[in-house]
Amino acid sequence: MRSDEVKVCILRMEGTNCEQETFDAFKRLGASPEFVHLKQLEGRDTLAGEGRLLKDFHILMFPGGFSAGDYIRAGAIFAARMKAVLGRDLVAFIEEGKAIGGFCNGFQIMVELGILPAFDCTMAEHPQAVLHANDSGRFECRPTVLKHVNAGKCVWTSRSNKGELRHIPCAHAEGKFMLPHESQEKEDALYQRLFDEDRVVFQFSDPIGDTEAPYPFNPNGSRFNIAGITNDTGTVFGMMPHPERVFFRHTHPDWYRRRIGPEEGDGRAIFWSVLDHIERKF
Amino acid sequence: MFTVEVKVGLKKGVSDPEGANTHKSLELLGFKEVSSVRFLKVYRMTIDAPDRDSAMERVEEMCRKLLTNPVIHTHEIVFL
Repeated sequence: MRSDEVKVCILRMEGTNCEQETFDAFKRLGASPEFVHLKQLEGRDTLAGEGRLLKDFHILMFPGGFSAGDYIRAGAIFAARMKAVLGRDLVAFIEEGKAIGGFCNGFQIMVELGILPAFDCTMAEHPQAVLHANDSGRFECRPTVLKHVNAGKCVWTSRSNKGELRHIPCAHAEGKFMLPHESQEKEDALYQRLFDEDRVVFQFSDPIGDTEAPYPFNPNGSRFNIAGITNDTGTVFGMMPHPERVFFRHTHPDWYRRRIGPEEGDGRAIFWSVLDHIERKF
Repeated sequence: MFTVEVKVGLKKGVSDPEGANTHKSLELLGFKEVSSVRFLKVYRMTIDAPDRDSAMERVEEMCRKLLTNPVIHTHEIVFL
């Protein structure tokens, strides 16, 4: 499949933002993105010809923002509405090998949907994790350093080498990734499983790559500095920081000092990688 | 018609920055007698249901589908 044949659904609802940057990233790489409101997929309150089917797309993107005002919990309303009407379509989409990505609020939505981490399933009936309030109690909005730790499972980072550091900004109040705590032993085993199955994609680090660096390098208090994970097949990927905000070199805070190519922002590899995957597979 | 309150709280051991910050602020204002503050969300709703059991069943379903995340939350349903 050619890149211009790759159809990307940039899904939004009230309170979504960052969708323009996400759209621009895919467009710049030659794909065919489209803004789609959740109601267009639900088939609700739309005029003739405005409805869309999830199966007609190859990539589904949950952009960042504050969907539904972040009321109840960040991402919970978006996820509940989506699951109620489109749950089966979503499972079919994933099982067909198509890709789903989410940044910041998008990651929160995916976790609430149960498509991440999705232990032993494609979509869990109830959330298996949560993105809880930052330990600082504050909205953390600033550059962060991420270490790419994935050994090859995640199709969203195939153009990034393991061990590479990427400067990608974060902007969230609820980003502390947590797994269930039935007992310390069981919780530890779940984290170990994420690492053993090569499902951890990014960890927050300091500028020399220490992934045990505490706050402020880890902005939210996630255990093991987890910043982004993937599902068992590597096609569903969520992360708290915003790669769409550093698609271009000139949107990095140190853009003039870092002599990298004009298009080589640190977020670019993520969009490029998933396009590679879809072009090869379909 | 039933009026119901759903109290959503955090499980023991889950960090509660909002509660901790409120506690600290109360201490700074001189309320030294406060030994802990935990943050709770309360949803009060009016429900049309044939009986109390049916109302309870529906509210439990709301908790599962939207109001709580079982990884960190506890909930309590109170009929007013």
